[in-house]
Amino acid sequence: MNEDIFQGYKGKSLEILKKYNAHVWDDAEIETISGKFSGKILPRAENTDSVHIVLKLPTGYNLGINIHNITSIKSTKVAQPNLKIEKKKTPYTQGLPKVKLLGTGGTIASRLDYRTGAVVPAFSPDELYSAVPELANICNLETEKVFAVFSENMGHKQYIALAHKIEEEVKKGVDGIVIAHGTDTLHHTSAALTFMCQNLPVPVVLVGSQRSSDRPSSEAALNLMHATTAAGKGNIAEVLVCMLATTSDTYGYLHKGTRVRKMHSSRRQTFRTIDDTPVATVTVDGVRPIKENYQVRRTDKQMKIIPTFDDRVSILYFYPGMKPDILDSLVDKGYKGIIWMGAGMGHINKEMYEAVERAHKAGIHQYMTLQTIWGHSNMLVYDSGRDAMAKGIIPCENMLSEVAFVKLSWALGQTQDPEEVKKIMLTPINDEITLREPYNGFLVQQGEE
Amino acid sequence: MKFKSPQENYESSKKAVGYICREDAKQEDYDKMGFRSGLEVHQQLAVDRKLFCHCPTGIYQKPNEYDAEFLRHMRPTLSELGTYDGAALMEYKTKKQITYRISTQTACTYEMDEAAPFAINPQALQYALRIALLYKFNIANETHIIRKQILDGSFPTGFRRTAILGIDGEIKLENKKIKLTQINIEEDACREISDIKHSRIFSTDRLGTPMIEIVTSPDMKSPQETMDVCNHIRFMNRSTEEVKTGIGSGRQDINVSCTGGSRIEIKGVAHTKWIPNLTHNECFRQWALLAIKNILNQRTNKEKWEINSVKLNPCDFNFNYAPLCEAIERKEKIHAVNLPHFKGILSHFTQPNKTFYDEYTHRLKVIACLERPNIITSEDIKNKIDTQILEKIKNQLQAQENDAQLIFWAPDADVEIALETIKERSLMAFDGVPSETRKACPDGTTIFERIQPGVDRMYPDTDTSPIPVDNKLIEKLSQDLPDEIHLRYKELKKHKVPTDCYPYIFTHNYIPIIRNISNELNYDFKTISIFFGHKIKHLHGQYKNIPFDIQRIYDLFAFLKNKKLDIGIAYCMLKQMFIHPKMDFCSILNTLNFKEIKKQEIIDRISFIQKKFKPTRSETSDKDKINSIMGQLRNMGVGNINLSELSEHITI
Repeated sequence: MNEDIFQGYKGKSLEILKKYNAHVWDDAEIETISGKFSGKILPRAENTDSVHIVLKLPTGYNLGINIHNITSIKSTKVAQPNLKIEKKKTPYTQGLPKVKLLGTGGTIASRLDYRTGAVVPAFSPDELYSAVPELANICNLETEKVFAVFSENMGHKQYIALAHKIEEEVKKGVDGIVIAHGTDTLHHTSAALTFMCQNLPVPVVLVGSQRSSDRPSSEAALNLMHATTAAGKGNIAEVLVCMLATTSDTYGYLHKGTRVRKMHSSRRQTFRTIDDTPVATVTVDGVRPIKENYQVRRTDKQMKIIPTFDDRVSILYFYPGMKPDILDSLVDKGYKGIIWMGAGMGHINKEMYEAVERAHKAGIHQYMTLQTIWGHSNMLVYDSGRDAMAKGIIPCENMLSEVAFVKLSWALGQTQDPEEVKKIMLTPINDEITLREPYNGFLVQQGEE
Repeated sequence: MKFKSPQENYESSKKAVGYICREDAKQEDYDKMGFRSGLEVHQQLAVDRKLFCHCPTGIYQKPNEYDAEFLRHMRPTLSELGTYDGAALMEYKTKKQITYRISTQTACTYEMDEAAPFAINPQALQYALRIALLYKFNIANETHIIRKQILDGSFPTGFRRTAILGIDGEIKLENKKIKLTQINIEEDACREISDIKHSRIFSTDRLGTPMIEIVTSPDMKSPQETMDVCNHIRFMNRSTEEVKTGIGSGRQDINVSCTGGSRIEIKGVAHTKWIPNLTHNECFRQWALLAIKNILNQRTNKEKWEINSVKLNPCDFNFNYAPLCEAIERKEKIHAVNLPHFKGILSHFTQPNKTFYDEYTHRLKVIACLERPNIITSEDIKNKIDTQILEKIKNQLQAQENDAQLIFWAPDADVEIALETIKERSLMAFDGVPSETRKACPDGTTIFERIQPGVDRMYPDTDTSPIPVDNKLIEKLSQDLPDEIHLRYKELKKHKVPTDCYPYIFTHNYIPIIRNISNELNYDFKTISIFFGHKIKHLHGQYKNIPFDIQRIYDLFAFLKNKKLDIGIAYCMLKQMFIHPKMDFCSILNTLNFKEIKKQEIIDRISFIQKKFKPTRSETSDKDKINSIMGQLRNMGVGNINLSELSEHITI
């Protein structure tokens, strides 16, 4: 195949490779106007320019040569190296819990993909065991790749497929389920699964990593050990998010799937429980609860799934000077639900009122959440809040915006009746609304940790 | 077999290997062993921010000056081609807890590996490219950042970001050319604060400082030549004015091998003056290991060879070696290992005051995390074990006459790795010289640091894009390069400047200012070179630093020229400049009580003084007379007249 032997090269760089009958993976001597370079021709990442050829030198370093400087290429054909990830037979240990790992596209062990310059995940149990041998001491792991998508491309189809898969595994009698997931929208999925999979008898633990697993400092392996411990040995039978608690490789937090949010673009301890503390801490030695009110593990295989979703819901982030036509256009486009993110305790500008009213009359379900992230909405304190409520916006207490978005989509999948929807929205399923905010539920790091 | 004490065995094996001290060694001795050496010279670039973030460079904090700590464990990852690197696996085996100390002044989330790299510091890249051009490297048209996996903890990421800028450069020595294989730009590592048992502590202040690394081919044939080349590279780097100077700003790794040996890398040598002894001793260490290889292969064969070990019950032995007794109190386990056919090997010479037994003790420290002292053996130079106890242990091990024994103590969890390490090192002895990275000791010997990593640890950096290096930029940077060091050597030689001036002048890159003073102010090149190479050097050493900008020296000579003063007063003024760095030159003259007096006036005084001269002794030579007169005129003369000229006016 032509594409493969010139992987990633295009335009002039492709022409010059063809001219000298040189291909990717060949050992080559490239003469240039400034001297000779010898090494292995590497594939070129797709989004880079077309005037350089990449060479790996015998020392392992890579460099690019401008094709305009090339005077000749002598190359020797070499077979493409076998890029398979090492596999080791996973041992089975009698007495250890049985944990199912469902893959959605997150990476636990991985290596480079030359096409995109990104990483290819390893996923089979044998590959995983080879990368994280400690797993064999924690549980008997089974894996299944449910789909391979980036976190930002997860959506309701995937939520529903996962809900069915969870039910299937619970019925088969696994002791716990781990879902490997990219971190960007992990908290959307955890909320969706909390609503869709109710009365779980075993833990369902979502896990990701902030440093890709092709780095020695990646926390992926440790997070996976923590997640399998929580799923296999933990007593909290809820949908949980398991990620490092601090920047240090010491212990992880288990967060409720509805109270958790990604709070930093790159740090390891990015996931934080909002307005509350995490449910528990976890190390490879076990789970230590922080909170007391959680669903405990059961031995039956009963659970309820409600796999519904209406994707005609949007989020509107209020800003000063916001124009009503934005809301009007959503109504015109047939959206059924709007999650507002209001300023302060849930406020929007007066200019918007008429449009809010129009939307309300058109049967659009509108709920208010907060830009402040932490705290409760209280639309009674100021007139503007009362006004907005009067025009048809219902405050969501301290439900997180992303969670409210998922919940409204899920509710509208079941009913369009405003009262029914309101009842579903305001009746917490698992702490998406909490009535008491503990003193230590607000943790913003400002020079102290 | 005649009984030899370990000390006697050490001495006789040292003799058998043919060890001589460096002072006595001649080129033919090194040629006989096939001495070869190459260098990797690292030097920080003189930029004020780090390579991939915006933190400042050059601020070094005390070990206890930090705001927070964080902890990491490193795991080996698959290389680009899907394999694990040996050195990475070794570091993983050690199960280290790595703690980083961080201060908001010197590090941000990038150093913590909690944020992606920012764009490469463009100034650092330009400086590095200019240095690359100075060495005539063939510059890569596109710079690719690579992650070089390093799991010893010196990088919180587990890798160093590095990139090759060019290949195939060269330097010219007086009588030969040395090939330079490559030049890299890279991040400097963390500074190690401590390494005890399974815990290593690092400071992150230095981490990420832009550095260049220049790699030579293994062309050097003697320890002296290795040092000369290293100095040459240092001087070249400094001639650009674009590298940092001072303690810690430069270090080198030295590769050494001998015929039949292996490439050994001696890491982090801070001073070039250490190079000769280190390379000399390393060459002989390899020579000694090859001798051991021969002995062992004559006695037995590797495939058949096996160790056996027993766990000792401390109650059965009356140990009195203090470290071992303390270990027993800590409830550590004691194991004895029998090494068949190893008699005389453990006390065999390897380096001055080190024997083969040290090869074990340092590996056990690094790989099994056993703090030293961690072993006693049947061949310790300083006796640590009672003969009767040893006999009892030998019995338990069912040891034969020609065997050697090694006893170690360790926490339970480390015993398996320790046994594996002992076995591994013993088997390596049959093959000669294991490929290692070694650490330099101040006494000129080296100790094991880690096994040598291979190319499998290189991985493209997925966080950065390739950086094109434009032909136009290269052209621009190629203009106005400093002249090469070998040309400067020639210049000093031509002017008959004493050679003891060279190192100081090159180290501080004073050739440009010497040339300026000499050419623009029309002073004698040799005189000015000596002024720098002797006078300034002397005061620099005395005061530890130069408290004023070196351009002030140019101004000093310009002042003398302008005032038509004699150069003889320059040193007196220089001394005052060190004491009063901000004082202007007229005030300095006042401080010296200098009075401007016409030349002729001073000469005229000679006859007056001569008349008054009364010898104190009956027999006074002409020389005494001249000295006495000069003594009276010196203060008046300095700055006003050249003193040798003055003395010529004295006629007896």
